[in-house]
Amino acid sequence: MSLFLFKRFLTFLATLVGASVVIFTVLEVLPGNAAQMLMGPDAAPEAVAALTTQLGLDQPALTRYGHWVSGMLQGDLGNSYTYSTPVLELVLERLALTVPLALLAMLITTVIALLAGLYAASHHNKAGDVGVMSLAQIGIAIPNFWFAILLILLFSVHLKWFSAGGFPGWEDEPLEALKSLLLPALSLAVVQAAILARITRSAVLEVMREDFVRTARAKGLSRRATLWRHVLRNALIPVITVMGLQFANLLAGTIVVENVFFLPGLGRLIFQSIANRDLIVVRNCVMLLASMVVVVNFVVDLLYAVIDPRVKASDI
Amino acid sequence: MSPQSSPATSAAVTPPGFLKRAARHPSFVLGGVLTALLILAAALSYAWTPWSPYEVDLSLKLQGPSWQHWLGTDTFGRDVASLLLVGARSSIAVGLIAVGIGIGLGTALGLLASARRGWTEELVMRLADFTFAFPAILSAIMLTAVFGAGMVNSIIAIGIFNIPTFARVTRASANAVWSREFVLAARACGRSTWQITRDHVLPNIVSVLVVQATIQFALAILAEAALSYLGLGTQPPQPSWGRMLSEAQSMLFQAPLLAVFPGLAIALAVLGLNLLGDGLRDLLDPRLARKR
Repeated sequence: MSLFLFKRFLTFLATLVGASVVIFTVLEVLPGNAAQMLMGPDAAPEAVAALTTQLGLDQPALTRYGHWVSGMLQGDLGNSYTYSTPVLELVLERLALTVPLALLAMLITTVIALLAGLYAASHHNKAGDVGVMSLAQIGIAIPNFWFAILLILLFSVHLKWFSAGGFPGWEDEPLEALKSLLLPALSLAVVQAAILARITRSAVLEVMREDFVRTARAKGLSRRATLWRHVLRNALIPVITVMGLQFANLLAGTIVVENVFFLPGLGRLIFQSIANRDLIVVRNCVMLLASMVVVVNFVVDLLYAVIDPRVKASDI
Repeated sequence: MSPQSSPATSAAVTPPGFLKRAARHPSFVLGGVLTALLILAAALSYAWTPWSPYEVDLSLKLQGPSWQHWLGTDTFGRDVASLLLVGARSSIAVGLIAVGIGIGLGTALGLLASARRGWTEELVMRLADFTFAFPAILSAIMLTAVFGAGMVNSIIAIGIFNIPTFARVTRASANAVWSREFVLAARACGRSTWQITRDHVLPNIVSVLVVQATIQFALAILAEAALSYLGLGTQPPQPSWGRMLSEAQSMLFQAPLLAVFPGLAIALAVLGLNLLGDGLRDLLDPRLARKR
């Protein structure tokens, strides 16, 4: 087990280092002079030269990479060119929206998917199963940003229950803030729930064929109790694996959905930074999102081993 | 019997009675019809559209569906039905090229990993894991930040994201083929690793790749739509479904229907490809179909 952990941890570190190298190469080395990019093609050469020195861009790439990584490790991400504030401050401020949004979406995904998957599996090949799975098939085909627009059409334009976008902030009205995240989270969750419901259904069906389920039923346990106590726990392994993979999609989805609802999260920060040519912010935000994906996948691998003690180093 | 004419080689690509069973498979038929409609729409747009999708006439803006304009007109007075027909081209083009990149590089890497095993396999698989840390949208953001927005960047970004998927699927299926008896027979006949890969492994995994390609095509259409919606993909005046949605969003209160049709087109195209993929999987691998 400890060998498995050690190997997995090394891969995790290597992936993070690799990601930082790729991001640095694409955003720092490929554009040539980043100062020129920041100031635009019409900038005076003296101004570009001054900014080049100010940002330390006249140093070799390896030195700059070293500075960036050591800065990250100490919590110093540099200063935003357009906002003139520390990038860390900007990012933390935006994460206060993006993280709750992703978590709320994951929660809704899990609840819908487990209920729908269990329902479909326990009504295998009956009308309920076919109905739920057809809905799932449609759910997978719907683009999350279109679903978001449809939700705005229904709940904001027609029913006027929710505002069509924006975020009031956590300090003044926490309940209103949560409410403004509900439609975005729902639009993110529906597609993911459709995928997860299918996985849950097939995992549950697989487990229901096992001998221990028959034993549980034979000793007098009700169908419902067997399903919740024995089947679900054993079916969780593939479900959790897919949930880990889905978290990456969810984060990518938040970038799009934040733009639909005009939410000031990490996704919108990235877009504003692209528009402002603020590569320093883009670089750190992309690194942060990539790291989140890598960390979640690492945690899923660990959970995998905790849930199923049969998982050994050789299986990975 | 020479290993080349082994029944396993030909049987895996088209199982017997394929067409007969295909015609009775509901999701294959429905998926096939929807996919054919998508391709027809794009093909038709080259020969005919009800109106020019590039013609701006502000006096006709935001009209509802009518006999002249079946699906109404947009903010610039362009015919929505014509825009949808031409928009299908972007979706198909991005899907085809991005899946082409994925299938070309991913399958090559997967076959290499499976044929060489050892550290080559380990390296390819770790690289595949690594690429998963960059969802298509993140790669597209990086490419756009440096090179500016455009269809080519979105194709590259989606293509890169397809590579690890095909590499994994290829390796897993190829490893199963390598352990079969007819491969052993081919080895005994003195065939090289490269020849066995080309003549036996690849033909036996084609069906798996076709199914995966259909699914990845659907994902590519979704990704293209999202990137175009964000302004990172297909650029105006070239119509694209994602872009139409982003333009429609600003007119949500005045013309809500504008936001319905492009989304419906995306959803039907993706649904069609997914159903086709599911159907193909059942038909090409009957063992899997029985298990479901």
